[in-house]
Amino acid sequence: MIERARGLNIATQIILGAGLLTLLVPLYLTFVAATQTLPEVNRVPPTFLPGTHLFDNLAEAWVRSNFGQKFVNTMILATGVVVGKITVAAITAFGIVFFQHRFRMLIFWLIFITLMLPLEVRIVPTYSVAANALSPFQQILDVVGLTWLLEALTGMRVALEWNLLNSYTGLILPLVATATGTFLYRQFFMTIPDELVEAAQMDGAGPLRFLWEVLIPLSRTNIAALATIMFVYSWNQYLWPLLIITDPNYGVVAVELGQLVPDSNTTGGGIPHWNLAMAGTLIVMVPPVLVVIFMQRWFVRGLINTDK
Amino acid sequence: MRRAYFKNNWIAAALVAPQLLIIFVFFYWPTAQALYWAFTLEQPWGGGNQWVGLENFQAIVEDEYYWNSVMVSIIFAFFSTLLSMGMALVLAIAADRQLNGYKFYRVGLIWPYAVAAPAVGLAFRFIFNPSAGLLSHLNQIWPGIWDPIMNGDHALAMVIFAGAWKQVAYNFIFFLAGLQAIPRSLTEASAMDGAGVLRRVRDIQLPLLAPTAFFLLVINITDSFTDSFGIVDTMTAGGPARATDLMVFKIYEDGFRGLDYSGAAAQSIILMLLVMVLTFFQFRYIERRVHYT
Repeated sequence: MIERARGLNIATQIILGAGLLTLLVPLYLTFVAATQTLPEVNRVPPTFLPGTHLFDNLAEAWVRSNFGQKFVNTMILATGVVVGKITVAAITAFGIVFFQHRFRMLIFWLIFITLMLPLEVRIVPTYSVAANALSPFQQILDVVGLTWLLEALTGMRVALEWNLLNSYTGLILPLVATATGTFLYRQFFMTIPDELVEAAQMDGAGPLRFLWEVLIPLSRTNIAALATIMFVYSWNQYLWPLLIITDPNYGVVAVELGQLVPDSNTTGGGIPHWNLAMAGTLIVMVPPVLVVIFMQRWFVRGLINTDK
Repeated sequence: MRRAYFKNNWIAAALVAPQLLIIFVFFYWPTAQALYWAFTLEQPWGGGNQWVGLENFQAIVEDEYYWNSVMVSIIFAFFSTLLSMGMALVLAIAADRQLNGYKFYRVGLIWPYAVAAPAVGLAFRFIFNPSAGLLSHLNQIWPGIWDPIMNGDHALAMVIFAGAWKQVAYNFIFFLAGLQAIPRSLTEASAMDGAGVLRRVRDIQLPLLAPTAFFLLVINITDSFTDSFGIVDTMTAGGPARATDLMVFKIYEDGFRGLDYSGAAAQSIILMLLVMVLTFFQFRYIERRVHYT
């Protein structure tokens, strides 16, 4: 729509420019600090012009924090979570939508209610489950009396044990359940016409073949959108890895940032290495930001469609 | 209604089993465990947990530190939501006019959402650092005017800024999507009737954005209760003197540092109820979804 509103247009541009500036200034200051030497970064009054030591600082932060290993770990975590979430969402929704059984709504609600239980509010017990992922089953056996019964019958004591601490499985598995993904897939599957199902059945395709050869190709846009937001989500995981990973060989990048905080604990009362901390911050924030910028369309769609 | 189904329900069971197992082990079991811990107390000399009824909750209610964390959480939720939603709304309305540079702004305003909370925390910790960052200049002119390391109010303000900064992008995306879902014919008809840009903002865009705003309000408050952990942990670790001790951070501290499982579990239950109430509100509006083109 074309209308004359010159003053307003200028005001609009100023607002947008100011907003953009507000969001960019922290990034710029982080960048500037990452280019400076230790005396420069701690100088008062501060200098707001980039120095010349960006690559030195990046290299030192990289080596100090062993980011090489942590990038690999974070990529494993992100890949595992993205693939896992999409797979689990697709097959669960398929099992709910394309089969006729009594438990469809029950299963859907069981999954949907998990939205109300974010990790942060059940963090302590979830951690204790991760120490032995089979403990729920063990306790059920104990309570029901099966442990006792089996011991009496066979002389062997059932002791289920599966420790997930300090493992990739432990990092990934609890994050794979996805209420929003399942919801998104369910919505999509409900739009699939009956004729398509009937045609596939007529041609002799079983359910799995139908899922793999018809539905998955049809849901490519869903997959792209989900993958983008899930990647950002898993790359930025902080609390869960912080808890269950104590072995640095399994550390992820976001948690490593916590170690870079230059306070008296890490510098021994010396001058804080803000330049290295900011270099580390840049290293960690760049991959997901690039994903969002280049996959913007999918990212926005995924975000809007899953409400999260 | 669908009428074509696959027959083999064993396959259906196998397909839904993985997710059900995961949520049983990692969601429902821990939640039940939290409930159990919240109503029991571990005996000091072993011998398992003893049922104590509401004693754990009573201890929390009488704990002034707990009320402090509730207050801090409310202040944080209120101001960070107000700041980020207000800013996002203004920016979305401005961007929706689609003047020159629209695409550029759209990318420029959403990237912060991709930055990890601890990265935001660390960057803002530097920027607001009283002796090295942006504001160190002020301290040189007026010593002690800005000191988030010692002054609790300053620390809380700093955490609020960081939280709001991170959230602006998310709100912007949803507000913009909400604005773009407004039918063009409506805008054009009102323009024909002589309504200028500002008049249309007031009489068309803002009222039609109400559902989006409500949805965002709920999400932002929920997020500020749960997602803020990374920011607080890297910026202030709850200090100074518990000035930024958000509820979620206190649960973590009490549970993992203080090893007070029962107290942490009781706090978790309260936070869980809060999140549930908020999510229920959100469910009611889930049908009024917005579409982005």
